[in-house]
Amino acid sequence: MNLTLHVWRQAGPSEAGRLVTYDAPDVSPEMSFLEMLDVVNERLIERGQEPIAFDHDCREGICGSCSLVINGVPHGPRRGTATCQLHMRTFSDGDHIWIEPFRARAFPIVRDLIVDRSAFDRIIQTGGFIGVSTGSAPDANAIPIPKAVADRSMDAAACIGCGACVAACPNASAMLFTAAKISHLGLLPQGRPERTKRALAMVQRMDLEHFGGCTNYGECHTACPKEIPLETIALLNRDYLKASLVSRD
Amino acid sequence: MELNANIPSGPIEKAWETHRFEMKLVSPANKRRYTIIVVGSGLAGASAAATLGELGYNVLCFTYHDSPRRAHSIAAQGGINAAKNYQNDGDSVYRLFYDTVKGGDFRSREANVHRLAEISLNIIDQCVAQGVPFAREYGGLLDNRSFGGAQVSRTFYARGQTGQQLLLGAYQALERQIAAGSVQMFTRSEMLDVVVVDGQARGIVTRDLVTGEVHSYAADAVVLGTGGYSNVFYLSTNAKACNVTAIWRAYKRGAAMANPCFTQIHPTCIPVAGDYQSKLTLMSESLRNDGRVWVPKAKDETRRARDIPEAERDYFLERKYPSFGNLAPRDIASRSAKEVCDEGRGVGDTGQGVYLDFADAIGRLGEDTIRERYGNLFEIYERITDENPYQVPMRIYPAPHYTMGGLWVDYNLMSTIPGLHVIGEANFSDHGANRLGASALMQGLADGYFVLPYTIGHYLATAKPGPVDTSHAAFGEVEQEIAHRTRRLLEIRGKRTVDSIHQELGRIMWNHCGMSRTAAGLSQALERIPALRDEFWQNVTVPGGNEQLNQSLEKAGRLADFLEFAELMCRDALDRSESCGGHFREEHQTSDGEALRDDEHYAHVSVWEYRGPEAAPVLHSEPLTFDHVALAQRSYK
Repeated sequence: MNLTLHVWRQAGPSEAGRLVTYDAPDVSPEMSFLEMLDVVNERLIERGQEPIAFDHDCREGICGSCSLVINGVPHGPRRGTATCQLHMRTFSDGDHIWIEPFRARAFPIVRDLIVDRSAFDRIIQTGGFIGVSTGSAPDANAIPIPKAVADRSMDAAACIGCGACVAACPNASAMLFTAAKISHLGLLPQGRPERTKRALAMVQRMDLEHFGGCTNYGECHTACPKEIPLETIALLNRDYLKASLVSRD
Repeated sequence: MELNANIPSGPIEKAWETHRFEMKLVSPANKRRYTIIVVGSGLAGASAAATLGELGYNVLCFTYHDSPRRAHSIAAQGGINAAKNYQNDGDSVYRLFYDTVKGGDFRSREANVHRLAEISLNIIDQCVAQGVPFAREYGGLLDNRSFGGAQVSRTFYARGQTGQQLLLGAYQALERQIAAGSVQMFTRSEMLDVVVVDGQARGIVTRDLVTGEVHSYAADAVVLGTGGYSNVFYLSTNAKACNVTAIWRAYKRGAAMANPCFTQIHPTCIPVAGDYQSKLTLMSESLRNDGRVWVPKAKDETRRARDIPEAERDYFLERKYPSFGNLAPRDIASRSAKEVCDEGRGVGDTGQGVYLDFADAIGRLGEDTIRERYGNLFEIYERITDENPYQVPMRIYPAPHYTMGGLWVDYNLMSTIPGLHVIGEANFSDHGANRLGASALMQGLADGYFVLPYTIGHYLATAKPGPVDTSHAAFGEVEQEIAHRTRRLLEIRGKRTVDSIHQELGRIMWNHCGMSRTAAGLSQALERIPALRDEFWQNVTVPGGNEQLNQSLEKAGRLADFLEFAELMCRDALDRSESCGGHFREEHQTSDGEALRDDEHYAHVSVWEYRGPEAAPVLHSEPLTFDHVALAQRSYK
């Protein structure tokens, strides 16, 4: 099939960006979306032009590197699917496709479709861990954890840190990302001791990084390639409220 | 070059314990005076950097990703082994040790493997304490599954995302240390060389991938946890950026390379669909617990899988290996799949595929149980192929996946450059000629959490590296070499893209140094690789400049190193005139097509020393002795 792409090109953080139109002829429906971009880039390079820069690595939907807003939707039209797992059979011959970076004040553009998501790391640094140093662990089976609890924790832990939730949110809130980590750790008995401190610190960091507040649109969950449940946000709110009341810091 | 593996004497069960006692310590107050560079933030790198930070060292950690959480360890699916014997099925440290030595086809060091098996117990404890949500049974205790090459269930898993969960555990520990100030993290920074001063590794030089600036960093010791080199085949299950650059540059500075030809071709990957294919996707080996591998008995079968009656199917793994069946080790399962495809019995449009069928398991256990066990893998498969594996069998084919070879290290994980330590897949140590499933995560974390943090202290306490900073002339020289090389790459402005040359290299390697190898094929590859390397340096085109984010330039630098490394890999494969594990030389097979080792001549580690751009590398060998697991032909029948 033959497609027309409208791609955001921007040479650097302080340069002006614009949409540039490219033809993408002879696209196979079996190609992944990123393979389609590879082919477009190969043609650009052969003509001596600079290829479209985009983040990607594992191409298996797990590393969280890939991003892209495709036709206005982070990670494109398929639910629960990261861009790298999106295949061209989702599109039709003659389609125009608009490809833009994830947009949020907290995710400054680095180049073309690449944005800086290091704010997520800084949120984790403030409390997204269990404070256990190497060598100090008891036997793995010492604490039985009900299967349902472990499963819920795993549902939240599946977050790949891609940032689609932020790109989808009208407020550019990082609530789903932060809530996923707070739920993953807080649901487990190992994560309980630091629960209060964790909720306060991570939410505070989120605000400092210029992510917006959560007003329950739910767009984050819709865009999430791992379909992190919205209930994690309720868990975060509960932890945060409780922490605000009991914290002695 | 002197190779001293520094294996502790005495009984193997006590070796690590004795060694830990005998190693010198660095006192808590002195640790902060030592700077350690860790390159890579995967399971090995992140766990090492976090642990060294906890101990009080001053740690600098580098990754070319935008975040340490993106390292390719994250893509490991199936699980991690540990000899916990929670299933009461007869597992023990000794059995895990035995299985790993045998699975590696007797080409690994017994002492290293025994230590790995011992430490496996601590790893699971540590990860659970960190909050890794491993699969559990209804009673609340940890669940296990079985994996290839073992007859016990010792594999711990978190759905099909075990690597992700273990890496996030290590990443979170690392971020905690970054917040504490003990680790300084450098993202989007690619290490381009090691700096050696007075014979000791004293730093690295990096390129900032956003600005193009070249930076030097000095330290008292350097640790490489930079992963494997499967992308020498272009198409592999590795992430796109995985490369050989860090270990290759270290090799050219004096670190010996061990067994580069030992590569693992994983049996269960989604077959190639077209020539635009950018990478291959693994389907976890755990699927072979419930999936049955088959092809039609007849050649050129045209019926759909479901229309082929039971009697006309060949469940070739169950037929050839009745005791291990579909759980035969990876090298054996891969070669068997190639065999039936070469006979013309392969399935799919290309004929390069075999079925992995879940119909029986779904009938026996129900679709819900199968979804619970493998749901996310089935989803990945369906996204890529547009076929529903609950209804039609998966099609799979072997693909390059893991590299057992790597920089040579001694028992302390130190390379032949004093101070340069190598951990995880980047070293050659524990898997011999074939790695068993769920052992890579185990080794990466063993090295990073529990081995290196002890041994590096011993190095610092005994070598007592003196003060060196980046004003030393050695740093300036390396920076200039890098600047020169970058300029050269940008000035060629030829006609071919980096990827087109990489694809060509991949085809050479897959055809001649892939699943089966011959002296004639390897000799041919050894002629074609230097020619392709010349083509690269004369005719590649790298658009853009240096002082910017330039992904073509990044790829070009990595390919330049693959083009040199590939030659050493073929040279090693040609030299090893035997078959063992993943290294199958067609000239050396038993009458029924199994790998035929030559223990008299090749029970050793092949260790290559760099002697300059014009000279041939020199081959050394480290003899391997087997005092505990008797040398025997592997049998999984």
